[in-house]
Amino acid sequence: MKPPRPLMIGTALLVLCHASLLARANEGLESDDPTARGYAIAKRADESDAGFGSSAAQLTMTLSDSRGRETTRELRIETLEKQGDGNGDWSLTRFFSPPDVEGTKLLSQARVLKSDNQWLYLPALRRVKRISSSNKSGPFVGSEFAFEDLTSNELGKYEYIYLGEEDLDDGSRVYKVQCNPLYERSGYTKLNCYFDTETFQSRRIEFFDRGGRLFKTLDLLEYRRYPKGYWRSHRQIMVNHLTRKTTTLQFGEFDFGVELERRDFDPSALEIP
Amino acid sequence: MVPLLTILCCAFGYGAERLRFAGDYRIFFGPDNPDFVANEDAQATFGKPDNIAFVLTTDEGSIYSQSTIAAIHDLTEASWSLPYASRVDSLTNFQNSVGENDDLFVEDLVPDPSALSPAEIVRLQALAEREPLIHGFLTARDGAAAVVNVTVQLPTDVPNITSTTVVAARELRAQIQRDYPGLRVHITGVAALSAAFEEAGLRDSSTLIPAVYALILVVLLIVLRSLVAMASSLLLILLATFVGVGVGGFSGVELTPISLAAPTVILTIAIADAIHILAGVRSRMWEGMERKMALIETTAVNFAPISITSLTTVVGFLTLNLSDSPPFHHLGNMSAAGIAAAWFLSITFLPAILAWLPLRFRARNRASDASRGLLAVVEEIVVEQPGRVACLVAFCCAVLIALIPTMEINDQWSNYFDERLEFRQAIDTADRYFGSDNVEFIVDPGESGAVTRPDFLATLDSFTTWLRGQEDAVAHVFSLSDVMKRLNKNLHSDDPAFYAIPESQTLASQYLLVYELSLPYGLDLSNRVDIDRRSTRITASMKDISTGETRAFLEEARAWFSSNGGGYELEVTGSKVLFAFVAERNIEALFEGAIALVLAIFAILSMSLRSLSIGLLSLIPNALPMLAAFGLWALLVGVVGFSVAAVGSVAVGVIVDDTVHFLSKYLRARERGDSVEASVRYSFETAGTAILLTTVILAAGFALLASSSFKLNADLGLLTALAVGLAMAVNFTLLPSMLLLIDRLRTRFSTAPAAPPERNLP
Repeated sequence: MKPPRPLMIGTALLVLCHASLLARANEGLESDDPTARGYAIAKRADESDAGFGSSAAQLTMTLSDSRGRETTRELRIETLEKQGDGNGDWSLTRFFSPPDVEGTKLLSQARVLKSDNQWLYLPALRRVKRISSSNKSGPFVGSEFAFEDLTSNELGKYEYIYLGEEDLDDGSRVYKVQCNPLYERSGYTKLNCYFDTETFQSRRIEFFDRGGRLFKTLDLLEYRRYPKGYWRSHRQIMVNHLTRKTTTLQFGEFDFGVELERRDFDPSALEIP
Repeated sequence: MVPLLTILCCAFGYGAERLRFAGDYRIFFGPDNPDFVANEDAQATFGKPDNIAFVLTTDEGSIYSQSTIAAIHDLTEASWSLPYASRVDSLTNFQNSVGENDDLFVEDLVPDPSALSPAEIVRLQALAEREPLIHGFLTARDGAAAVVNVTVQLPTDVPNITSTTVVAARELRAQIQRDYPGLRVHITGVAALSAAFEEAGLRDSSTLIPAVYALILVVLLIVLRSLVAMASSLLLILLATFVGVGVGGFSGVELTPISLAAPTVILTIAIADAIHILAGVRSRMWEGMERKMALIETTAVNFAPISITSLTTVVGFLTLNLSDSPPFHHLGNMSAAGIAAAWFLSITFLPAILAWLPLRFRARNRASDASRGLLAVVEEIVVEQPGRVACLVAFCCAVLIALIPTMEINDQWSNYFDERLEFRQAIDTADRYFGSDNVEFIVDPGESGAVTRPDFLATLDSFTTWLRGQEDAVAHVFSLSDVMKRLNKNLHSDDPAFYAIPESQTLASQYLLVYELSLPYGLDLSNRVDIDRRSTRITASMKDISTGETRAFLEEARAWFSSNGGGYELEVTGSKVLFAFVAERNIEALFEGAIALVLAIFAILSMSLRSLSIGLLSLIPNALPMLAAFGLWALLVGVVGFSVAAVGSVAVGVIVDDTVHFLSKYLRARERGDSVEASVRYSFETAGTAILLTTVILAAGFALLASSSFKLNADLGLLTALAVGLAMAVNFTLLPSMLLLIDRLRTRFSTAPAAPPERNLP
């Protein structure tokens, strides 16, 4: 017997290496400390999205009131992945309808724990206006989504507490993690976030108001995996339990191929049609 | 028999377990009430405007001091934690927009009160007084009060949620008053109103109902002078009440101060049934009859009259179902069930228990002799001078009835509550500074995005100006046009020249978009503009004017809008509007009910007394006292709320009692072949005492309702007591004198006196 030693060692090394990588990826996921475990789950979710660079997607926002009366808004969102600590993703939102606001553009430079920097281009005035904002908690164009719900879930936005595992209605298994907002002017006291145990994508979020009561639930549906491995939900439904109003976001195809740079997300770029 | 019935009734009573208090003023409005439907529609579009309003005043007189502003700020922050709070508005978190060069800053007016210098406070006051959406709305026009207004989205499926919310609000108040001595805080608002209904009901059930019981027991003991008789009547009342309330519980009734009158109603009517039996047994036992025989004979003799009166009373209460207000349905159905139970128990349970317990009656007491004496006097006068008596009574009734049109109907809900109640004091304080209730004017051009059209905003603006001119009625007006004007100014670097409606629709909608994108949690425009931007509402905070004045104001507003409204349509809703028309809607429905009731009573009496003419005749003593009572009320009080609509149904059933007992005795004598005069005398002697006794008990019971802290009940009780009293008077005077007069007329004109047509009895 002449075992090919180098190969064996190599294989062993590879296995070891892989195991340790796996172990690192799963670090904290089995922790007994609910805070560490919650953080580890959120971190996995965050990492699953790392490196996407930039993306663009068309989106239809449907608002409906308690009697089911509906109205829709057409938007396009371009996103630039976060750069540097303390920053969130930057986004440029173009409004196509309703007709009165066509051509309006909203630039948002998200920051994790501070108010975001935002500018709005108003075609009627042909001006870029900086808008103030402590408004992260406020609703986005009359919808049930707040700004803080739309901006990506940055790790640093919350403190996490692992609560357990549950099954969703469709049978998929999720981690239930309590997320306590660290942003001082958040509209919420806490969120219950449900992460898929396999893909680590956010499947459902329950929002608790300042009185500590559940008042909104967001379901993230129609997940698809894009070629580079990034997951995107294409249908998001937010239900406000108090007002019984709902908002549905229906996304078109995500385009990861758009070449976007920092300078496309500069206020001065807004005036370029 | 006795234990069986007791168990059965207690089983019914078990349903009472399910009863709970209605925590929503909306229960007073039927689901088909058009005003209510309009209100619900508006709420589906703009959200429920249910609120808790903290009204703050200070010993210093002005709220513009560092400490009071700090208190407003603290209370504002803390109010977000109230149950289901979706919005908090106050001076400190008012979203002030400032335009600086190319920036639009929208921020809390007072983000940090600790740093306020006296100079800044002066500037703050000046700004607040210039801003139409603060001045007179969040701060009083004279600066003496401020309000922290919390909008709550109370779910309908959580029990006692309204009272829980108000309790939390009170805790908050206690805390803020501890932190800021010298601060006075009143709690008002629609949620507080709903809770006040609940509290008024609780207060009534914990004080009023025991009081009625105590009264009845004392009266019974004095009149009957027998502990056994009293105890068995008490049992009868309790069991009948169990059934009535239990039926309510099983049918899912939500208690209101109005439906809480049911136990009192059941009690008074059950006692009347019991008295008829007991008084009969007593007089027979006095005459030396053996107890069992006395019981059997009394039950047999009284079976028909008790059944008839119970039936008419039940029918009367059931007609309450025609009312527009569900609480009246509840009152009607619970009372009807209880009365039916009382009827059944008084002919089964009561004789059975009396046969079982050692029943004895003391010798005749003086009280009943005195009443007998009084009745004898009336009897003499009536029999001697029937013409004069009839004329006098008819004249008095006519005068009283002529006064009815002077009665004013007012459903100012603040007046429903007695000044003793904290809520009433709070409304009285708030009204001085901010008004007490809202009228919502909704303009819906029906086209997406229409709210930003310049001509639409201009119409809104001139209507707002007109409303602000109605200073007698309107305390404050909240309108989108003010927001648009301010934004136009802000987006032109705060140039005052631009404080006007934006010139184009695209401009206006883009301003609105900027503004919306800048507003924080809970302070968005969704309560002002619908999701489609096609309709908006203008809110007028109304002074505490009467419903009559409100209707006149609404009339004027509609007239102004139809000639100046640019062709747009105006819809008017709000709780002030609901209450302005609630009486009208209930009276309309119950008027039809009253006619049906009169016909039903006529049919029942004609059939059971087997005489069409007697049935017709009985309508007079039934209807007259009712109408006369309204007249007397108009003379004495003058104002009444929508509960007036229920009085007819409640009282008529009770009033019929007198007529039935009097007429059934009269007919019995006529059957024996007695003359009309002898029969009238016989009625006085046999039914007189029982009628007097039941009238005293019923009138006292209903009059006790007058001590309710809830005015609708007090009115209902007093009016019914008046009607019952008048009914006795009419039945002792007009009814017998008419019987005598008709007989005299007949003997004078009849060619065949041998066969009087009235005597169609065998």
